[in-house]
Amino acid sequence: MNFYDIIFYIFAAITLLSALFVVTTRNIVHSAFYLLFTFFGVAGIYVLLGADFIAISQILIYVGGILILLLFGVMLTNKITNVEIRTGTVHMLPAAIASGIFMGAVVAVMVWTEWKSEPSVTPLTTTKDIGHLLLTDYVLIFELLGILLLVALIGAASIARRDKE
Amino acid sequence: MLQVGLTHFLIVSAILFSLGIYGIVTRKNAVMVLMGIELVLNSANINFIAFSKYGNFGLSGQVIALFVIILAAAEAAIALAIVLNIYKTFSNVNVDEIDHLKE
Amino acid sequence: MSESLLINICIVILFLPLLGFTTVVLLGKRIPKLYLFEVAILGIALLLSIIVAYVKLSFYNTKDIVAAFTWITMGNAPSPGAISIELGFKIDNITVLMLFVVNLISFLVHVFSIEYMRGDKLYTRYFAYLGIFTFSMLGIVLTHNLLMMYIFWELVGLSSYLLIGFWFEKKSASDAAKKAFIVNRIGDIGMFAGILILFTQYKTFTFDVIYQQIAAGNIPFGSNAWLTAAGILIFMGAVGKSAQFPLHVWLPDAMEGPTPVSALIHAATMVAAGVYLVVRIFVMLTADAMLVIAVIGAFTSLVAATIALTQNDIKKVLAYSTVSQLGYMVMSLGVGAYAFAFFHLITHAFFKACLFLGSGSVIHSMHHEQDIRNMGGLKKKMPVTYYTFLISTLAISGVPLFSGFLSKDGILAGTLAFGKLTGHWLIPIIGFTVAGLTAFYMFRLVILTFHGEPKDHHKYDHAHESPFVMAAPLVVLAALSIFIWYTPNPIGASDGWVLKNWIKTPTQVVPLETRYDFMKPSTEEAKAEVHGEVIHSVEYTETMHWAHYPAMFLSLAVAGLGILIAFMFYQWKKLNADKLAEKLKPLYNFSLNKWFLDELYDMTAIAGTLSFSSILAWFDNKIVDGIVNGSATVTRFVSRMSGWFDTFIVDGFVNFTAFFSGFVGLSFRRLQTGKVQTYIVFVIFAIIILLMFFKPF
Repeated sequence: MNFYDIIFYIFAAITLLSALFVVTTRNIVHSAFYLLFTFFGVAGIYVLLGADFIAISQILIYVGGILILLLFGVMLTNKITNVEIRTGTVHMLPAAIASGIFMGAVVAVMVWTEWKSEPSVTPLTTTKDIGHLLLTDYVLIFELLGILLLVALIGAASIARRDKE
Repeated sequence: MLQVGLTHFLIVSAILFSLGIYGIVTRKNAVMVLMGIELVLNSANINFIAFSKYGNFGLSGQVIALFVIILAAAEAAIALAIVLNIYKTFSNVNVDEIDHLKE
Repeated sequence: MSESLLINICIVILFLPLLGFTTVVLLGKRIPKLYLFEVAILGIALLLSIIVAYVKLSFYNTKDIVAAFTWITMGNAPSPGAISIELGFKIDNITVLMLFVVNLISFLVHVFSIEYMRGDKLYTRYFAYLGIFTFSMLGIVLTHNLLMMYIFWELVGLSSYLLIGFWFEKKSASDAAKKAFIVNRIGDIGMFAGILILFTQYKTFTFDVIYQQIAAGNIPFGSNAWLTAAGILIFMGAVGKSAQFPLHVWLPDAMEGPTPVSALIHAATMVAAGVYLVVRIFVMLTADAMLVIAVIGAFTSLVAATIALTQNDIKKVLAYSTVSQLGYMVMSLGVGAYAFAFFHLITHAFFKACLFLGSGSVIHSMHHEQDIRNMGGLKKKMPVTYYTFLISTLAISGVPLFSGFLSKDGILAGTLAFGKLTGHWLIPIIGFTVAGLTAFYMFRLVILTFHGEPKDHHKYDHAHESPFVMAAPLVVLAALSIFIWYTPNPIGASDGWVLKNWIKTPTQVVPLETRYDFMKPSTEEAKAEVHGEVIHSVEYTETMHWAHYPAMFLSLAVAGLGILIAFMFYQWKKLNADKLAEKLKPLYNFSLNKWFLDELYDMTAIAGTLSFSSILAWFDNKIVDGIVNGSATVTRFVSRMSGWFDTFIVDGFVNFTAFFSGFVGLSFRRLQTGKVQTYIVFVIFAIIILLMFFKPF
């Protein structure tokens, strides 16, 4: 058990514990706050997997963008008079059983499958290579995503805007 | 067993996925459902990057993960726009009460 | 001034009117004063074209300036090989002269129109149309390839259509516009076919490249007949645009447009574009093609002149006179008198524009009276209009000291020499006859309009001299109808700078055996330049010298005779025109009704098209519809059969299925809670079951 492993277990613990809080805590703002830790933990796992660029993107986009967006969503959809911003839960028992069995099944699959793993030498910095890939092999998808983002931008604006009376 | 390898990452991902599913299924508030979806997407991303590292696929897995992040951003924006619309129509965002499609 | 600067200025000149057009079209409604901008732009274009003409003629006199770029490169298709289409401009002496003429007349017409069109509903739009016309015309003048020529050719057709039909509320105007457009299409089909023959062979539209290829002995499909055909087909475009027989019928009707438009488009520039086209393709015309061109030109000039004798509408007379003069130019090209043809194009542009603007001035002051029988005595009321009109009439009649004499005399000498060299004497005979007829009907027009006693006193009393902006263009154009601008010697056009230095007859490139005999360089000396003529044999040069004086005296004699007879009939009343008309009733009617050509076309071409269409309609109605209906009946029977089958067999099965589905649906309905999360739980259970089932671990 070396240093790498210790760090992995720390990050995995942060990720999973905070994710657990995200889905169980009743206060929605707390929930969003725990989500922040989950994202950081996942970013740490990315770093351990040698994906530095993705880790940074994860922090920038998820923490900087999506989480803020979610918080805005929370604030815009709850009346300010509700001091306790709480959210109820429904049919917890069947859900817990289902996701528990599901987790067991998937973990079983993960553990018992013989993965053909051959650790490749990941380059020290991946940014340049990802950039290269984006503009060569994946250029079409890259452009499509650009268009998709534009469509999402316009679509979100047009869905959420106030109707003209 | 304690030596960290591919399986460990996959297990973390599987647990995260299940937690995300649990959140999606149990939460009343649509925004909370969205948070669950984000967890699921993150777990999928961990898988991508883990296989990218251990599966000798080059950096393709990372690029795909990047695309997933971008899609998640677009999805979050659209989903929140829809949630706002729902709020305008029903004055709440409880997904269990929005079952007009049933009729 | 460097060559590239020169060509850039030309491009600026080309696009200035387009700028005017777009500005006026887009903003004209908001800013009605914008027509002044259009006029100013034309003024700038005129100034620039004067500079260009001066520089080109003085410093680059013998050099052609070309600027071109590759527009489209079509890769290496296996069968035609690599094709690239070039666009570009070529500036030679003819181009700059045309540039000047077009811009000058366009500018003067713009100025004239300021007053003439004042108060019109679509005042600014009128100026916009003039702008787009000028742009297209300049495009024709500047292009160095057939493709652009064709594009701008159609653009002038369009602007002509718009301007003829400018008063489109009038049925006759919109009909005339349609007629002009359709008749022009007939010619343009031929032109396009001709262009395609050349393109198929040479894979290029550029004039110079095509001519080099022909000179190198590369003939379309290896046959001289194809070369002749290409020449004649391209000439068909000119037949349409320059109103040559048998497609001349649109031009007189085009007089429905505003009179300044008639002056600009249907007298001076656009109709001259046909002649300009023949000038451009002159070097690739074989003797056969040239003979066809000469005969068509001569016949056109004769037909139009005889019709003009009896017309009573002031603009119709001028229109037929235009057709006749265009026939002259075409005939002149056909007989090889290239330089005189182009010279006549220039001089004719000035004096005919002057005549038309003069008639516009008369019509304006007479409150849109166009019948010359109701005019008379306007000399006193409108002195400026009268004198400018008279000068132009003297010019068109071929009286010495005026520009028309120089060019017409040259053309007549050319036909005379042609008759002597080839034995086709009919062409010079027609040429001289037409000269006499022209003098007669033009003076008939002048006398009836301006001399004698007023016939309609009411309108006469209201008549007044036109204001300055209308009179000034007349004076400029009349001044340009005097010989001194072209040559210092009033009886020898060849001594002047226009013919000596500016217009150079190019060398024919067609194979020797397809040229006229006199166009073959007989000796080495013949290739040397004599009076700017390099194509012709010594024999031709000598014959031209021989023809010079006889042609001059003869043309003077017939013109004098024509003028004298006109005075006898209409001024001094020694002879009675009506009685003569009564005596020669059939001939008179023949001429008055324009040789019944419109009726002939109605009966043949149009009626033919209509009856062919009705035959097709009958075929459609009876045969095609019959087949369709028959198959419909069969189909209906088959449908009945399958309908029965459907109702009892298929429907039975379907109903059973529906009932079954409904039953199953009823039982599963409980599961449909409408809550998304419930569904997700189901999905997860399903996945777990699948995992169990396939046991991947």
